[in-house]
Amino acid sequence: MFVVVSLILMTVDHRQHHLESVRAVLSLAVSPLQYMLGLPVGAGHWLGEALTSRTTLQEENAALRSQQLLQSARLQKMAALEAENMRLRALLDSSKKVGERVRVGELLEVDIDPFSQQVVINKGSRDGVEAGQAVVDAEGVMGQVVHVAPFTSTVMLITDLSHAVPVAVNRSGLRAIAVGTGSAARLDLPHLLLNADIQEGDLLVTSGLGGRFPPGYPVAIVEKVERNTGHSFAEVTARPTARLEQSREVLLVRTEPTDAAASACNPEHGPCLPATAPSPATTGKGN
Amino acid sequence: MVLVTRHRGWVIAATIIAAWALEIMPLPSWLALFRPEWPAMVLIYWCLALPQRVGIGIGWSVGLVVDVLRGALLGQHAMGYAVMAYLAVKLHRRIRIFPLWQQALTVMVFITLHMLLVLWVLGMIGQSRGMLTYWLPAISSAALWPWMFSGLRGVRRRFHVT
Repeated sequence: MFVVVSLILMTVDHRQHHLESVRAVLSLAVSPLQYMLGLPVGAGHWLGEALTSRTTLQEENAALRSQQLLQSARLQKMAALEAENMRLRALLDSSKKVGERVRVGELLEVDIDPFSQQVVINKGSRDGVEAGQAVVDAEGVMGQVVHVAPFTSTVMLITDLSHAVPVAVNRSGLRAIAVGTGSAARLDLPHLLLNADIQEGDLLVTSGLGGRFPPGYPVAIVEKVERNTGHSFAEVTARPTARLEQSREVLLVRTEPTDAAASACNPEHGPCLPATAPSPATTGKGN
Repeated sequence: MVLVTRHRGWVIAATIIAAWALEIMPLPSWLALFRPEWPAMVLIYWCLALPQRVGIGIGWSVGLVVDVLRGALLGQHAMGYAVMAYLAVKLHRRIRIFPLWQQALTVMVFITLHMLLVLWVLGMIGQSRGMLTYWLPAISSAALWPWMFSGLRGVRRRFHVT
C-alpha cells in the first residue's frame, strides 16, 4: 500500500507542481536541523576571525579598501555607460533592460547528495525567494532556486546533470546551451556545428533567452573545442567561472519576467530544447 | 501484558533525528561517497528490536523526510524505506538470532535493495547514476552495522524502551 502511495506521490511530484507546498512544510520542519548542523562550521569561522592577528586584519582592510576604490571608480563609469545605453536603446526603439533586484544569501553547511549538484541556502519564501530565481556569486552564475521553504531554499547548480543554461559567446554572440555534467568543474555545450565560431578561452555569458537567467552574467570559460570531422557537432566543454565549491555567500537575482519567457527553461522537465543553430548573421559577425 | 505501554517514544524519535542530521552532515568529498545510510540503519534496528512499535508507516515517514533533506523526488526514498521496514519486520525473528556479521550482510542486502529501487526511479526520471561508487553506502553501512547495533541496543536498554 505504501509503495503504491509512494509511486503516486513520485508521479505527481515529477509531473506537476502541486506538491511544492507539502515539500515546503516538510522542509520547514527540517530547517532547524539544517541550521543546527551549520553551527559548528559557523563557530569555526567565527573563532578563526576572532583569533586573527591585528596586522592580518589591517592588511586585509587595506587590500579591501584599495579594491573598493578601484570598483567604485569603475562604477562611476558604469553609471554613465548605463545612461548612454538606455539613450541608445530609446533611439533604436528597442525594449528596455529589465530591472534586477539582488539579495544576499548564505550557504548552509549541509551535504545533500554526492551525485547531485544542489546546495541549501539560508533564505526562503519569507525573504522573498521564489522558485526559478537565478543565483550568482562574485565570479559568475551558480544556479537557480528549485525548491523554496519558508526559511531555506534549495539551489540547483549549473553543473547538475539535469540543468541547462542558455548562454552566448561574449566575443561572437553565438548562442548555445551549457548543460551540466554532474562534475563541478565542467559544462558541456552540445549541438554546436563544426564551423561554429567558438574557441578556447572564450567567455560564455548568459544570453537571457528563456527568461530564467538575466542576460550578461558570466557563466563559464571554454576549455576545450574538439572539431572531429567525423561527427556532425563539435565537442565543446567549458569550466564554470563561479566558485561552485567554495563560495559561501551567494546573490539571489530577481528580474521582472519579460514577455519572451514563454519557453522558460525548467530543469524539472529535463534540459531545455537547444535552439543553437548559429544563424549566418552571428557567425559572420565574428569573422 | 494486556496494556502495551507506549512510553519512551522520544528515544526512538531522537535516534531517528540524529540519523537525519548525520545524513546531511558536511563531510569531505572523498568521504561523502562512503556516507552510510544512517536513517536506514536506525530504522532497521528499531524494526528488529520493536517490530510492534516501529513498522512500515514510520519507515515511510522517515524516508519522506530523507527525500526532502536530499532534495529528491518526494516518495523516492519513502518507498525504499517502506520496503526495508516491511522486510525487517517480516524477518525480525530470524534476523535477531543471527550473529552480528550475518546481520550486517542482511542489512547490506536490505540497503542494496533500497538503493536499487531509488536507482530505478532515478533512471526513470533521467538522472541515472552509472557509477559503481553509487553502491558504496551499502558496503559502509554493513561495515558499521555491528557498532550501530550495539550502540542502539545500549541506548534501548539504558532508557528501557519497550
